[in-house]
Amino acid sequence: MTVLFQLFFSFFQIGLFSIGGGYAAMPLIQAQTVDIHHWLTLTEFANLVTIAEMTPGPIAINSATFVGMKVAGLSGVLVATLGNVLPSCIIIIILARLYEKYSKQTLLKNVLENVRPVVVAAIFTAGLALLQLAVGSISLENLQLDIFALIVFILAFFILNGKRLHIGPLVLLVLGALVGIGYELVQQYLFV
Amino acid sequence: MSHMKQSECLDNKTKVVKPEVNFRFFLQLFWATFTLSIFTFGGGFVIISLMRKKMVATLHWIDDEQMMDFVTIAQSSPGPIAVNGSLMVGYHLAKLPGALVAALGTILPPMIILSLVSLGYEAVKDNLWIDAAFHGMRPVVAAIVLQVTWVLFKPLLAKKKIIPLLMFALSFVALYLFKVNIMLVMVICIIVAVIVSLVGMKKAGLR
Repeated sequence: MTVLFQLFFSFFQIGLFSIGGGYAAMPLIQAQTVDIHHWLTLTEFANLVTIAEMTPGPIAINSATFVGMKVAGLSGVLVATLGNVLPSCIIIIILARLYEKYSKQTLLKNVLENVRPVVVAAIFTAGLALLQLAVGSISLENLQLDIFALIVFILAFFILNGKRLHIGPLVLLVLGALVGIGYELVQQYLFV
Repeated sequence: MSHMKQSECLDNKTKVVKPEVNFRFFLQLFWATFTLSIFTFGGGFVIISLMRKKMVATLHWIDDEQMMDFVTIAQSSPGPIAVNGSLMVGYHLAKLPGALVAALGTILPPMIILSLVSLGYEAVKDNLWIDAAFHGMRPVVAAIVLQVTWVLFKPLLAKKKIIPLLMFALSFVALYLFKVNIMLVMVICIIVAVIVSLVGMKKAGLR
């Protein structure tokens, strides 16, 4: 029962504070599921983000379902998802009523424009955590750099950022999976 | 063709037909949002543009201008953009029941798919080859997220305003170096943003 309540409340907070779409929700999901409640390890979280990128639907709903199922089965799925969309339901219905009356709200627009830098900083922080996990720790006393992952990261970044190749994230992830399997094959059968 | 679209847009006040609210309509609304959600990979903005196509161009339930307003509100409110967009459209068409039906249609596909994936994941997570695939995918995901960061950061730089950059730098230091709770950082920043916005609007109003 307490677990269900925690799931509900965690994903309620994620829903309430993620302003500006999926990537804004990501650092919050990490904070709640990895740092605070330890429902996922950082590796599992990274895998979850990967899965969420490859399946349809908002990343927050995907995460709520995945974590809910892992922690408490089907009832966990329902509670976490409900918690996640409840803030949206309440806030949007209030805004929709206001919209039907006034049509525009400049204060909200202004406030959100000013909150934006924080959202970018939060996404940046989450991105760095994912990068560190992918390529290994970069500290002087303990240099364990995964050269393979670093190369994949750099290539992927520049392919996404470049304008010449139109390769979407989904295709890039599939390529990444194939490269990962290929690398493992090479290690298994060539360097025995 | 484009001329026709233009004229459609111009007198859309008469062209748009708000549907009669009955069981058939709810079924239609549910099916529309459900299929939109199933076939949308790649984030909220994709689903929003598909939603526009369906609701404005195919079903003629709302006009372009309303859709644009819905998008603005959906993307600037908390929560998933796709869910927010569905709630707005649903509420506009049929008040609270419409909003709930549209939202349900949007969240059911990811719930079903991820439930299955979650069950499958537990079974295969220690598999060597699945692990190898994730080994290759993890750096790609890091690249996706950091590239999105870069895309979002560029307009902040371009504006050359001190306050946004300062807020970015301070919150990054708080989050990354001092590991301050992100909810706390957000609340503080929302309060600061409200004050900054109110002061800015007052100044603009005095002019």
